[in-house]
Amino acid sequence: MSALIAKKLGMTRLFDDQGKNIPVTVLQAGPCYITQIKTKEVDGYEALQLGFLSKKEKLTTKPLAGHFKKADVSPLRILKEFRDVKIDESMKLGSELKVDIFEVGDTVMVSGVSKGKGFAGGVKRHGFHGGQKTHGQSDRLRAPGSIGQSSYPSRVIKGTRMAGRMGGENVTVRNLEVVKIDPANNLLVIKGAIPGSIQGIVYVKKQEL
Amino acid sequence: MNKVDLVANEQIREDIPDFSSGDTVAVHLKVIEGDKERVQIFQGVVIQKKGSGINATFTVRKVSNGIGVERVFPLNSPRIAKIERLRAGKVRRSKLFYLRNLRGKAARIDEKR
Repeated sequence: MSALIAKKLGMTRLFDDQGKNIPVTVLQAGPCYITQIKTKEVDGYEALQLGFLSKKEKLTTKPLAGHFKKADVSPLRILKEFRDVKIDESMKLGSELKVDIFEVGDTVMVSGVSKGKGFAGGVKRHGFHGGQKTHGQSDRLRAPGSIGQSSYPSRVIKGTRMAGRMGGENVTVRNLEVVKIDPANNLLVIKGAIPGSIQGIVYVKKQEL
Repeated sequence: MNKVDLVANEQIREDIPDFSSGDTVAVHLKVIEGDKERVQIFQGVVIQKKGSGINATFTVRKVSNGIGVERVFPLNSPRIAKIERLRAGKVRRSKLFYLRNLRGKAARIDEKR
């Protein structure tokens, strides 16, 4: 399985060969650098640590600077470890991974932090239906309804779905199709929407069937 | 250029003629039925042009058997074989939604000279 760190740039549309309109998300995917290869012998599990987006030398702490020096890459802003990535001979410390590891037609999954929605009610947060608008109702339209029984158990069951903070959590969307790649500009074009805001960091993984 | 626009840039059609709201146009549409392809014509008044770049769309309104019919086309759709500009209309606004409330003689548009 291959993976990349990417930045969400925005959405647009493309037309396929039948003239159908496809909504697409454009990602700045890579170039990523391998900053560490974890092995079973040393670390107890196999993983690949990738880095993305350069940052200033003076903003890098000394321990991290040493880590980058070991891989012989310039300081990077984002580091992310990918497990169950097949590590082959061509993957060396410091080598570059570009968008061409994906092909048009590949199925990928994308993870990112969803947009924060703030304090949201039950209708928005959990898809509650709310109450009636008419038939003599007042302030029931977006109400959550009953949250439990009466004297027994005399309390609200833990985990009952209620209003609260929504969004800003890790979300993964699977089964997305790669529509187009542009290796010259490091652009990856994926069908459909992905989590997070524009300029947000997302992780793209190829899905094995 | 914006990197998002870069992706769809090559699909923007250069062969679409210039037209604006109030014009009468005939849109020649490629329709695929089974394995046959034929051209269907939708003729009417352009009442709206919207969006820019690859996202541009336009709305054509016609009155068919006394019933108003509106269709929205993506301007850069490959399904559009061609657009014929039949008549240039003289209008004073870019969105002609007031035509929906008018019928017959009142819904006419003067020709631009």
